[in-house]
Amino acid sequence: MPSPRYWREVPSRLRLEAARCSGCGKVNYPPRPICPGCRGKESEPVTLSKTATIITSTVIHIAPDDFLFEAPYAIAIVETPEGARFMAQVVECDPSSVGPGMDVSLEFRLIRKEARSGILCYGFKAVPTASWEAQS
Amino acid sequence: MREVAIVAAGMTPFGELWEMSLRRLFAEAALEAITMAGVDHLDAIYVGNMSGGCFVGQEHLGPLMADQIGMAGVPSTRVESACASGGIALRTAFFEVASGASDLVLASGVEKMNDGADATNVLATAADQELEVYHGITFPGLYAMIARAHMEAYGTTEEDLSWVSVKNHRHGALNPKAQFPLEFTLEQVMNSTPVAEPLRLLHCSPVSDGAAAVLLCPLDQAKKYTDQPIKILGTGQATSAMALADRKDPTFLDSVQLSAERAYTMAGVGPDDIDVAEVHDCFAISEICCIEALGLVERSQAARAAASGLTALGGRIPVNTSGGLKAKGHPVGATGIAQIIEIYEQLRGESGRRQVQGARLGLAQNMGGSGASSVVHILERI
Repeated sequence: MPSPRYWREVPSRLRLEAARCSGCGKVNYPPRPICPGCRGKESEPVTLSKTATIITSTVIHIAPDDFLFEAPYAIAIVETPEGARFMAQVVECDPSSVGPGMDVSLEFRLIRKEARSGILCYGFKAVPTASWEAQS
Repeated sequence: MREVAIVAAGMTPFGELWEMSLRRLFAEAALEAITMAGVDHLDAIYVGNMSGGCFVGQEHLGPLMADQIGMAGVPSTRVESACASGGIALRTAFFEVASGASDLVLASGVEKMNDGADATNVLATAADQELEVYHGITFPGLYAMIARAHMEAYGTTEEDLSWVSVKNHRHGALNPKAQFPLEFTLEQVMNSTPVAEPLRLLHCSPVSDGAAAVLLCPLDQAKKYTDQPIKILGTGQATSAMALADRKDPTFLDSVQLSAERAYTMAGVGPDDIDVAEVHDCFAISEICCIEALGLVERSQAARAAASGLTALGGRIPVNTSGGLKAKGHPVGATGIAQIIEIYEQLRGESGRRQVQGARLGLAQNMGGSGASSVVHILERI
C-alpha cells in the first residue's frame, strides 16, 4: 500500500477527527462530504472521546498475514459517547473476556507493520477500563 | 418489459479443481449450457467474477471468456459485486433480454480460488479496507461479530449455528457436484477448529473453484430451446452501508430485506408462496439472518429453524437443498448462478433425491461482503 494513503488518513485515524452533521446531528467518522443519515452537506468538526463501549466483538484465530503472530486477538465494534462506531482491536486483556457492553479506553498504538513496505501503521486500540475490570 | 425465461444451464463440480484453470472452468459450464440449448450464437455474455485479478492475476474477463468459447466478437462484460457477482450478472442479463435489446444472453459466474493466492486476504478486499481490514478483521470475523450480536440480542446459541451446518451437509451429501458431499454430526461441528469466535471451521463455507452458466431468452421464444423453460418472475437488488459499524443494527441484514421486497413486489408474490429457497449461507449465522430478512421464517423461529427441521428437506420451507455454500462450495463469483441452477432444476423436477415435490416457486438470494450487497431472484415453473 503506498504511503500517501496513510498520510491522507492521519486526521481521522491518528487524531480521531470526525464531523457532526448540522442537519441531523449524526456524528460521522471519518468525515464525509455528505451525511449518510440525512444527506446534509453542512457539518462541524468534532474530536471523538477516547472512551467507548463495545457493541459486538470476536476473537480472530485464523489471521491475515500481517497479524499472523498476534492471533488469537480480540477485535470489536466500539461506540464512543458521541455516537461514532468503528472497529478496533481490544488488547491488554484475555481475549475471551471481551464482549458486548464492555467499557474501554482508546489508546494510540502500533496496529501493524506492513509486510511489503515495512511501513509502521498506527491507530487506536481499545483497552478495557480499570472500572470495568473491577466490576467483573 | 418482455417476460424472460431460463432455457439451459451448465455447471462444473465445485471443489479444489487443481487440473482446471479459470478459463477452463468457465468454458466447461458455458459450453454445457450452450450445447443443452443447441444454439450457435449469443447476443451477449455476462461473467460474474469477484477477483480474477487477486486470485490468479487475470482481469478483463469479458473478452477472454467470449474468446474461449468461440464467441469473440460478442459483447461480453465482467460483473463484480464481491460474492454477489453471479446473482448480479444474472440480473444484468435479465434486463438486457427484458428490454428487447438482446434475445439470447449467457449469464455466468466463475472463480478460481485455489491457485496459490491467500484467500483470506483476497476475500477481505470485499470489506472496507480503511475502516475494517486495516485493524486486522477477516471475513469470518465480520460474520462472527454479527453472530455474537445476534446471540446477545436474541439468545441464539452455538448449537443453533451448528445445526445450520449439519442440515446443509445432509442436503449436500445428496448433491454429486458438492465439494463436501458428506454429513457431519452436531458434535463434529461444535468441536471443529475455532476460526473467529463464535464461528468454527464447520460454520464456514470452503474455498472453492467452480463455474456456472445459464442461458436467457424471451419467454415467448423459449420453446425453441427447451420443453420446460423456467420463468424469471422477479428480481431485486439492494445495498447497505459498507462497514458493519455503520449499520444501525449489526444483527439485521437490511439489504437482504430490501432486495427481497423489491423482488416480491415485481413477482407479485410473498414469502409464504415460496416452495424452495437457496440463501447465502457463507457462514452459519448468515443463513439465520437471511431467512429472517427474506421473511421465510419469523424472527423468533429463525435461529432454531434448522434444528427444528423447518428449513430441512421435507420441512415447511426447504432452504439450501443444494447443500448451500457450506457443503456445495463457494467459488465466490459462481455462487449466485449456481444457486439459480439449483432452483431451476428443482422447478423442473430434476433434483433427484433432493427434489422438493411439486415445487412451483423458488427464490435465490445472493449476498456480497458482510451484507453490503444483496440480490434476490424469484423463479416460476410455468
